[in-house]
Amino acid sequence: MPAPQCASCHAARAALRRPRSGQALCGACFCAAFEAEVLHTVLAGRLLPPGAVVAVGASGGKDSTVLAHVLRELAPRLGVSLRLVAVDEGIGGYRDAALAAVRRQAARWDLPLTVVAYADLFGGWTMDAVARSTAGSGRSRACCTFCGVLRRRALEEGARLVGATHIVTGHNADDMAETVLMNFLRGDAGRLARGGGLGSRGEGGALPRCRPLQLASQKEVVLYAHFRRLDYFSEECVYAPEAFRGHARHLLKLLEAARPSAALDLVHSAERLALAPAARPPPPGACSRCGALASRALCQACALLDGLQRGRPRLAIGKGRGGRDEEGSSGATPASQ
Amino acid sequence: MSKYCPAWDPHLASQRSLQGHLTRTPGWDAGRRRVCGRCELLLLRHSLRSRELKCVKCKEGVPVVVIRAGDAFCRDCFRAFYVHKFRAVLGKNRLIFPGEKVLLAWSGGPSSSSMVWQVLEGLSRDSAKRLRFVPGVIYVDEGAACGQSPEDRAKTVAEMKLILQTLGFPWHIVALEEVFGLSPSVLRCSAQEPVGAVGTYKVAVDSFLQQQHTLGTERAGGSPSPTQGEERLSPPGTQESQDPAGPPPAAQTEALSRLFGSVKTLTAKEEFLHTLRTHLILHVARTHGYSKVMTGDSCTRLAIKLMTSLALGRGAFLAWDTGFSDERHGDVVVVRPMRDHTLKEVAFYNRLFAVPSVFTPAIDTKAPEKASVHRLMEGFLLRLQAQFPSTVSTVYRTSEKLVKAPRDGCAAGPRCLLCMCTLDVDAADSATAFGAQTSGFSQTQPPTPRAGAGAPTEVGGAQDRCQGAGPCGREDSRARIIEQLCYGCRANMKDVPSLDLLPPYILAEAQLRSQRASQEIQEYLVENGAEETHTAES
Repeated sequence: MPAPQCASCHAARAALRRPRSGQALCGACFCAAFEAEVLHTVLAGRLLPPGAVVAVGASGGKDSTVLAHVLRELAPRLGVSLRLVAVDEGIGGYRDAALAAVRRQAARWDLPLTVVAYADLFGGWTMDAVARSTAGSGRSRACCTFCGVLRRRALEEGARLVGATHIVTGHNADDMAETVLMNFLRGDAGRLARGGGLGSRGEGGALPRCRPLQLASQKEVVLYAHFRRLDYFSEECVYAPEAFRGHARHLLKLLEAARPSAALDLVHSAERLALAPAARPPPPGACSRCGALASRALCQACALLDGLQRGRPRLAIGKGRGGRDEEGSSGATPASQ
Repeated sequence: MSKYCPAWDPHLASQRSLQGHLTRTPGWDAGRRRVCGRCELLLLRHSLRSRELKCVKCKEGVPVVVIRAGDAFCRDCFRAFYVHKFRAVLGKNRLIFPGEKVLLAWSGGPSSSSMVWQVLEGLSRDSAKRLRFVPGVIYVDEGAACGQSPEDRAKTVAEMKLILQTLGFPWHIVALEEVFGLSPSVLRCSAQEPVGAVGTYKVAVDSFLQQQHTLGTERAGGSPSPTQGEERLSPPGTQESQDPAGPPPAAQTEALSRLFGSVKTLTAKEEFLHTLRTHLILHVARTHGYSKVMTGDSCTRLAIKLMTSLALGRGAFLAWDTGFSDERHGDVVVVRPMRDHTLKEVAFYNRLFAVPSVFTPAIDTKAPEKASVHRLMEGFLLRLQAQFPSTVSTVYRTSEKLVKAPRDGCAAGPRCLLCMCTLDVDAADSATAFGAQTSGFSQTQPPTPRAGAGAPTEVGGAQDRCQGAGPCGREDSRARIIEQLCYGCRANMKDVPSLDLLPPYILAEAQLRSQRASQEIQEYLVENGAEETHTAES
C-alpha cells in the first residue's frame, strides 16, 4: 500500500504520522510544524523577549539537543543570542561520553560552550562521591534528589558566568506529566502548587527559566531529531534505575498506550490543580548562607551539602526533620519510611 | 545502618532467606524496626503461634487481623475501630442533619455493602448514639451496559431483592435503561439550599432531640419508642419501595447496548457509565425527596480515582470527585462516608462479621490490565503499595489538601453538560490552546468533516465548521455538544463516534443551552451583516 500524501504540502509522500493527531506528514513539513509550534509557545507565553541572552542547559541528550537546534533556527526571528551551558556531575562512564557529544554539537553549530563541574562548585563533591555516601543506609539511595537540586544550582552559576538573562531547559510534555504523577504519589503538595506553569519568572534574583518544549511530546522530539539527523547521546544515567521517577515513567508509557493524549491531559490537570493555601509553599526569601532563592532558612542545595559534609546525607531529605537549622541540634533520626 | 535485616534469625526461619539482606519489600517488626518483608511475616507468624502478640488496643485480646504496619487488633477492638471511623467521618463533617432523607447507593460490592450495614447497625442503637437520618437504598442494574444476558440480570436482581428486603429501608431497583426516559432537567443545577451558619447544625440537632424528648413524654412510658424519623420508614414492599414491574422494554435495552457497543475504548465506556449512573441516581433522589446520596467509595478506591481523574484531565475537579462532599448538583449532595476505610479493612470486616454482599460483573470485569486507564492506575497503585506501603495513604492525604476553588476566582461560569462542573477550558489555558493549535496549524485546507470529527478540542474552530457550506447538520450538533463539555468529558467524547446514540435528554439539553446562548447575542447581531469567522489561530 503506497504511503499517503503529506497532509500539509500535498507534494511529497508522507514519512510519518504525528503521534497526537495521527496526521500523515513528510519530514520537512513535520519539522516545520514542530518549529512553528515551539515558536508559538515562546511567543504566546512571552518567554524570551528580544535581546535576551539565553543559556541553554545542554546535557547531550535528545531533548537539549533538539532544543538547542530549534532555538538556533528561531534565534534570528526571536532576536536572542544563545550560549550552551553543560553541567558535569562527575558520573563516571556516563557524563564524560555525554559531554563529548555536547562538545561536538557546540563545534558544529558554532555556539560558545561553558562546562561547569560539581567538583568545582560544591567543594569536591561529585555525584559518584554522593552516591557512595548515601549508599548503605538500607533504603534507596536518593542520589537523584541531590543531582536534581545541585544541577539547577550549577546551571544557574553557569548562566551567570556567561552573562545570560534567561535559562532554558529541554523538558518535554512527558517530563511534565511524569513530574505531576510523581509529586502526587509522593504527596509533595508544595511542588504541586508551584508547578504547572510554563516556567518561573525568576523571583528574588534568580534568573527566569522556561521550557519551550513543554508542550511537545517526547515521541515528536525523537522524530524531529531523527529527521534533522541530529547527533545526540542516548544512554540513560547509571543511577536512573533507582529513581522514583522510573515508576512514573513506566506508568506514563502504559497510559499513553491506553489513551494517546495522556501526557497532555496530565499537563492540563496540573495547571488546574487547586491546593489549599496551607499546603502552598511560603513566599520565597533568600538563603542565609549563599543568598539564593529559598523558601526556608537554608536553600535546598546548601542544606543537602550540609548533610553531606556532616556525614549524614539524609539530613535534608524528606519532610521537616530537625536538620535544617545551622546548629544542627537534636539529631533527629529519620523515622522509618 | 547495615544493609542486613536485623531480625534475620536462622532459628526462626523455616527456610533460609538469601543471606539476610534487606529485600526490596520492607517490613516492620513489633518494635517498629525496619526488617525485611520475609522476616516480618515470619515474626508475625511466630508471635501469633506462640500467643505472644496481643491486641495493640486492649492489650489482652487475641489478635485476628493486622492493619497498617504491625497493628494487630482483636475482634472487638477491630469492630469498635471500624465503626468509630464511620461515625467520626459523619460527625466531623456535620453535613447530615437529623431527620434528613439519605439515599444509599448500593452496588452489591464489599464497600457499599459495608456502608449499608453500618447504617443499619447505626440506626438500631440506643437513642443517644443512634444515627439520626432516614435512609433508603438504591441499586442500579447495569447489566445491559456490561453485556449480560437477561436471565443473568434477572437472577442478580432477585438476589439483590432478597437482601434488600431484610434491611427494612425503602429500596429502589432501577435499570440503567431508564436514562432514556429522563428529562433534561436532570442536568440542571438546582438552586442550592443555603448552607447556613456554623450554628445551624447544632441548632438542628438540639431541636430534634427536644422533639424526641417531647414525643417520649407524650407517649407516657413504654420502651424508647420509634421517633418521627423511623415512623416514616415504611415496611418493605410498600409503595415506597420501587420494584421494577418487569425487565425494561427491549427497545431501551437495545439502545443502551448499541450505545455502549459504539464507544471505542474501555476508558470512555467506564467514564460514561459512571456519568449515566450518577444522573439516574440523582433523578431518583430528586423524585423521592432525598437530599443526600451516600456512596461507598473506600480510601483505596478514592486514591485510584484521584490518580485516574488526574490522568484524564480532570485536575480542576479533583476536590469534587474525591472529597467527602460533592455539591455540584445543587440540591442533592453526594457524600462519601467510607473514605477513611481501606479496602483491606472493609474486606476483613465483611468476612469477620458476615456482611452480605452480591458479586455482579462490572463493565471492566476480566478486562486485561492495559485496556483502560482505570485498570492501569489500579494495578499500578496496588503494586506500588506493595513496595511503598504508604502510597495509598499519601495520595489520600494529598487529596485532603485540595480545595474546591475555581482557578483565578472565576466563580460562576457555564457548567459542563455531562459532569456538571464549571468548565475548565478557556483560551488562556496553555495546554488546551496548544491542543487547538496543533490541529489548527496542520490544516492548511478548510477542514473536511472527517478531520473535523477528529479534532474536537477546538473551541473557536467549532464556529468555523458551523458556517462552512455543505452538509454540516451532524457536525453542527456534534460541535455544539463538544463545546459545552469540560476538558475531560471532551476527551471521552472523542471515543464516541456517533452522538446520536446518546440518550435524548442529553441531546435536548445541549440544544436548549446553545439556543439560549445564541439568543443572548441575537439582539446585537446586525441583520445580514458581515459574518466573522473565528479561526483557531488567534
